[in-house]
Amino acid sequence: MIVSNLEVVPGKRTTRHFGLVQGSSVRAKHVGRDIMASLKNIFGGELKGYTELLQESREEAFNRMLEQAKATGANAVLNVRFSTSSIAAGAAELFAYGTAVTLE
Amino acid sequence: MYDLIIFIVLLAMGYGFGRYAEASHYKSIIKREKQLNKIPAVATRIPPLDRQDLNSQLVSGSVVISVDYFKRFVAGLRNIFGGRMIAYETLLDRARREAILRMKEEARGLNAEFVFNIKLETSSIYKGRRNSVGSVEVFAYGTALYPS
Repeated sequence: MIVSNLEVVPGKRTTRHFGLVQGSSVRAKHVGRDIMASLKNIFGGELKGYTELLQESREEAFNRMLEQAKATGANAVLNVRFSTSSIAAGAAELFAYGTAVTLE
Repeated sequence: MYDLIIFIVLLAMGYGFGRYAEASHYKSIIKREKQLNKIPAVATRIPPLDRQDLNSQLVSGSVVISVDYFKRFVAGLRNIFGGRMIAYETLLDRARREAILRMKEEARGLNAEFVFNIKLETSSIYKGRRNSVGSVEVFAYGTALYPS
């Protein structure tokens, strides 16, 4: 499965379009991590716990998108975009979408 | 009275540790930027189409950085008078550069020649008291092109 945020892949030709595929994941933060984060809010610096949390949930959204692409029979996802939105205090939605295509 | 002492202690700790953290972070950013300079990362959408030997793969990097107590206080004062908020400017600058570096490190692992179509996404994930920006997340992604 080729995944790219470009519209074309060098050396390959798009033969079929399957339309939009998407995946999303909503995560809430962990209390333990929140305590660490509030300490870091005094000293400044990277919040590693949050970085990991967001990375994991973005990966989940990404994998859901890939599953959808596989189910349609595509062999690549082009023009992938990510978006983040906070829907409530302490919870964030991570969203990944792209176009499923067949490349030759 | 106690409140005032706690406030001053927090302010002093924020100033000391925050300054140190920022200086060492900038040092490491500049050092790693020099190492990764040989992988051009561009925002162009069209890859070199005449190259048949390139594989593409999505690479990404993200970071969450928090501002310290002192800077948040200074920024709060700025809210009264208006003007540039240097405290937050450096925070965002650091976060963006760090996210791009992490993305490039992933690209280096693939032996990539270029990274195309870089997108940066910024979101404030932790709102502190009085709705001030507590920390920001920057996510950078792009397509690494590497020879097969």
